Amino acid sequence: MSSFSVTEPSNRSKWIAGALVIGYALITMIPLVWILLTGFKSPADAISYPPKVVFEPTLEGYVNLFTTRTRQTQEFLDANPPQNWADEIVRQYDMVIVGPSKFGERFMNSVIIGFGSTFLSIFLGTLAAYAFSRFKVPLKDDLLFFILSTRMMPPVAVAIPIFLMFRNLGLSDTHLGMILLYTGVNISLAVWLLKGFIDEIPREYEEAALIDGYTRFQAFYKVVLPQAATGIASTAIFCLIFAWNEYAFAVLLTSANAQTAPPFIPTIIGIGGLDWPAVAAGATIFLIPVMIFTILMRKHLLRGITFGAVRK
Amino acid sequence: MSDRTIDRVAQATPVRVARKIRGLSDRAIAWIFISPTIFLLLAINIFPLIWTIQLSFTNYKANRIGREVKDVGLRNYERILTDTDTWLNMQATAHFLFWTIFFQVLIGFTLAWLINKKFKGNDLWTTIIVLPMMLSPAVVGNFWKFLYQPQIGLFNYIVSWFTGKEPSSFEMLGSVTLAPWAIVIVDTWMWTPFVMLICLAGLRSIPDYIYEAAEIDRASKLRQFFTITIPMVLPFLMLAVLFRGIENFKMFDLVVQLTGGGPGSVTELTSINLKREAFEKWRTGYASAYAIILFVTVFGLASIYVKALNKVKQR
Amino acid sequence: MTYFKLASASAMVLAATTLSTRANAEDLTLCWAAWDPANALVELSKEFEAESGHTMNFEFVPWPNFADRMLNELNSGGKLCDLLIGDSQWIGGGAENGHYVKLNDFFDAEGISMDDFAPATVYAYSTWPKGTPNYYALPAMGDANGWFYRKDWFEDPEIQAAYKDATGQDLREPQSQKELLQIAQFFQGREIDGKTVYGAAIFTERGSEGITMGVTGALYPWGFKYENTPGSYDMEGAVNSPEAVEALEFYKEFYETATPPGYTNSYMGESLDAFKSGQVAMAMNWFAFFPGLYADPNTGGDKIDFFVNPPQNQPGSTLGGQGISVVSYSDKQDAALEYIKWFAQPEVQAKWWELGGYSAHNSVLEDPGFVDSQPFAGDFLEAMAGVQDFWQEPAYAELLLAMQKRIHDYVVADQGTAQEALDLLIEDWTEVFEDEGKL
Repeated sequence: MSSFSVTEPSNRSKWIAGALVIGYALITMIPLVWILLTGFKSPADAISYPPKVVFEPTLEGYVNLFTTRTRQTQEFLDANPPQNWADEIVRQYDMVIVGPSKFGERFMNSVIIGFGSTFLSIFLGTLAAYAFSRFKVPLKDDLLFFILSTRMMPPVAVAIPIFLMFRNLGLSDTHLGMILLYTGVNISLAVWLLKGFIDEIPREYEEAALIDGYTRFQAFYKVVLPQAATGIASTAIFCLIFAWNEYAFAVLLTSANAQTAPPFIPTIIGIGGLDWPAVAAGATIFLIPVMIFTILMRKHLLRGITFGAVRK
Repeated sequence: MSDRTIDRVAQATPVRVARKIRGLSDRAIAWIFISPTIFLLLAINIFPLIWTIQLSFTNYKANRIGREVKDVGLRNYERILTDTDTWLNMQATAHFLFWTIFFQVLIGFTLAWLINKKFKGNDLWTTIIVLPMMLSPAVVGNFWKFLYQPQIGLFNYIVSWFTGKEPSSFEMLGSVTLAPWAIVIVDTWMWTPFVMLICLAGLRSIPDYIYEAAEIDRASKLRQFFTITIPMVLPFLMLAVLFRGIENFKMFDLVVQLTGGGPGSVTELTSINLKREAFEKWRTGYASAYAIILFVTVFGLASIYVKALNKVKQR
Repeated sequence: MTYFKLASASAMVLAATTLSTRANAEDLTLCWAAWDPANALVELSKEFEAESGHTMNFEFVPWPNFADRMLNELNSGGKLCDLLIGDSQWIGGGAENGHYVKLNDFFDAEGISMDDFAPATVYAYSTWPKGTPNYYALPAMGDANGWFYRKDWFEDPEIQAAYKDATGQDLREPQSQKELLQIAQFFQGREIDGKTVYGAAIFTERGSEGITMGVTGALYPWGFKYENTPGSYDMEGAVNSPEAVEALEFYKEFYETATPPGYTNSYMGESLDAFKSGQVAMAMNWFAFFPGLYADPNTGGDKIDFFVNPPQNQPGSTLGGQGISVVSYSDKQDAALEYIKWFAQPEVQAKWWELGGYSAHNSVLEDPGFVDSQPFAGDFLEAMAGVQDFWQEPAYAELLLAMQKRIHDYVVADQGTAQEALDLLIEDWTEVFEDEGKL
């Protein structure tokens, strides 16, 4: 079965390409699978020497991730039988569950700050990208380069003034402060990506709409926005990946109220030392939302990466 | 050229639909749309940057409230630039940047090229390959430290399985020669997908008719690869290099978690040293000068690079 | 007399109770590191909540971020913490920068005497300038760097015989640093229960304070001094004395010949992992972890025992531990002081020890039953009698990071000699003190 299209690769080269890519994917999956597996190990199995590939799965890591526990006396344990399966698990260490851990809170903070700043970046970024794409703006190229250049700054370079500024404005350790901060970091990327997409939308559509009696605003959100949906989706992925995983600012500027999960996860402490299964469980759970978001938007992912900048 | 069209549209429309836009000229709309972004960037980036520049000429310490702040002129800059440790850190950073970009471009492009053969299920495998870049660098660093552990980690056992070397006979993070490569491996694992995606986008942007024309001219596949594929993907590749370069110059969470800058100082990247000076030693003035030096370096390199990129694009 | 004291004490407690019920119930936040003893403190504090009507909240920051996060908080004048159990080295900065409330008047008014606490802990955790009766904290958690080992291996007749063959001595808890190394080297690479095991896990961490805390465990017993005369910042000949050089070379030899592979950047967590995974015969760590280690289902109980950091030329242990301070930016200082007052009571201190915290109160430490209350209690007393701490200067972080770099460069990255490392360290420290205007 030979194809007539000269650009269509032969079946043999397809097969080889497929095998190589799948091979790479499998190798790259090993650390991820190891994280997933570690989440279901007991703390002793997790640090066993040599490492255990076959082990008896337990939900201990997940229980430890979501609860705080305290050691109790034997009399107390005898007098109070375990209330559920989770309690049962911690009993083997003479402990009882006393309440939820902070992971839930940290996770919610990540959701609020991650999605909040993604939304704001996209909102502001679309407006600015539209203006740059369609209107005559003085010093346009300089402004665009200025916007991109803000991305080059090492976060620590501005961290001290931001730290002092947030303190004076009462934004330290608040959701709003972190949303604004991440938006400030992400917006350069958003403007550049979105400008590329909007550049590609033919101007004739809007002109027609304007002639039909639409206002500029109406033309913008009834004609341009739907056309740019793909670009917006893929830009959103990149903004979210950054805001979701950011560590440097989070560790410096947040603590009790607005701390996100990345500074929290690597430091989950068990009985003496890091609780590796709980750390792995946290990493797994934390990966799920972005993973789902990416899978949902995967069709747009490729288009997003074209970075309109290249096309022009 | 196309800018003219915009201008024509922008200037022409208001005349025609002037009544319908409630007194807002396009210029006004443009500013309404752009100013929030500019304002945010000024507040979050530029204002702090100016503050940092100002602090870089002082001996200010943010943790010493009562201490007298003195103007020390260029002394901080002088101290940094004459400190041999600074240059060692720069070397470590250059090694890290060069090799991460090298491997990521090499592997990323190859993968994209293979995926572009459109074998069955390429969509699924692409999504799987992309997963590592969705993780938090801090979590990745932390977990790879665990994987690199010669006794309880997995990495050495896998290497040993392939090479027959004793698993605990080498230490990826502990040896002066291996540690700089250990961080390159992790960064490559995490960010190759990013380069791959950009390359894939570039490959898919090449219209089929160009290859068809080459085929009619009886150009060999190899020749097509070097005369069509590579030049057409080059702008994309260069953009990938720009973004990875900028990001890796700033990156510190991954390496801090992996090595803490050690052993000794062989993986002490400039960004790690900057964080130490600023938030551990609290030498705010000194750290500000350091930050400015780094920023100017990246900014300078990036500007030259962007010019080159624009040239390539115009070809 | 005793009766009178007791009566007045209970009258005071009574007065305080009535006072506090009248005062507004506050929401207090106590900040500390996230580790085993912190959980015990939560448990302990429930009594305070019941007695005072205040609510206690806790902010526990994991060790690797603890200093960054908390010093950040203090430096920004943050109100997150009303009470802070801060690391011993912070006391200079806390006092000089006005982060901590000076407690002298409060102690006088409430009849809290620093003589009731172990002198080493008062000196280290409470006073600034060092050794003067100016108190900025109440000793909360005594701690030092100690050792634990696999008792089951040490008691195995076969292993004992092999050790005797190899060294001509009996296998026992080491009585000197050199014996410690000899035992560790004996275990290094040995097959036990079908697995290769190693000598000892020691601190080698680069990023925060790990290797400094480890190497001082060798430096102090050899007789290392920070200054020729205390308070003079005269370091030449003290920091790089022949004894110090020898001790540093010893630590490097220890690292190279008696530790498991891969322990090149390891601190508390790694030391615990190494021990619990059965890789090492011995490990160093803070006493704070010992209750947790003893309770470990796999390597605790009969399989573990503890010893104090062995002497060499003299006894010496690296100090850990913290005092509890009231943060001067707090709006709830009165309620916070109430907590300290409650915490200082002998009964509360006794309960604190029982729950796994290390009380520094004499009534607890001098209790005849103390030594036998836990297998590590006696070692703790011995360690606390010979502790030394790092610089506690306001610039301690700069001093510490300089030492981290110089020691790690020499011990782990194998650059230069011990003499050069210490000479360079003096240069670094001199520069810091010059910047501080102290030299």
